[in-house]
Amino acid sequence: MERIPILKMGDFLLVTIQVDLYDQLAENLESDLINTISKHSSKGVLIDISAVSIIDSFMGRILGNIAVMSKIMDAQTVVVGMQPAVAITLVELGLSLNGVISALNVERGMDLLRSKMHTSDNEEQDYDDDNE
Amino acid sequence: MTTITNSKEEALIIREQDVVPLRNRVKEYGVKIGMSILNQTKLITATSELVRNLLKYGGGGKVIIESVSNGRDNGVRVTFIDNGPGIADITLAMKDGYSTGKSLGLGLPGTKRLVNEFDIKTELGNGTTVTITKWKNG
Repeated sequence: MERIPILKMGDFLLVTIQVDLYDQLAENLESDLINTISKHSSKGVLIDISAVSIIDSFMGRILGNIAVMSKIMDAQTVVVGMQPAVAITLVELGLSLNGVISALNVERGMDLLRSKMHTSDNEEQDYDDDNE
Repeated sequence: MTTITNSKEEALIIREQDVVPLRNRVKEYGVKIGMSILNQTKLITATSELVRNLLKYGGGGKVIIESVSNGRDNGVRVTFIDNGPGIADITLAMKDGYSTGKSLGLGLPGTKRLVNEFDIKTELGNGTTVTITKWKNG
């Protein structure tokens, strides 16, 4: 069965979607990703959709699901590289992708994930200090 | 205004794997008349929504892709024909947020916003036919 590869990069997972998704492929990605987060205790997921030329309501829902599920698993999801035409179409369709954090490109997406990790590290630090 | 069909083809949609090739065919029709990327994306997204309905509620069916012209503008028309159960309340089905399935209910009203012309004919027990048209400069 066709699958989308998930790459591990330190504390993060990197997914580059190079093909146009059909339903089964998107559902596989959703479950594979959640399992991989659990396996590697990943702290962040970066999904590059710069090669995706269409996102309909089903795929939009899958992206939203991934963001919510990974959050429950204590990992942040950032979606990067959305094409302008895809963004316009999504909003006209009525899908606002609430809860999905996005960045313009992979570089900014990585920065965003790192900064989110730092803030949560600091929070833990503060908490420890309070206890001492 | 009369619309002329310049070229036309049919595709049978019976399983999920038929969806991506159909989307690509529709895209080619858009490219051929010089449709902008944005209008292509809207057209393909609308096609994707409707073909999902065709599979999910209609149990598969037939899709006709046409390259059309109305004298002033060229466009792509896509017709989705299924022999499924039909839609009981068409007004309700066209409302944002309504769905009998597990989806978000954006399908029909959302699709209508993406295209220039949207026509739906349904009869209980006799299936549903949806026709959409996207003009090149629409």
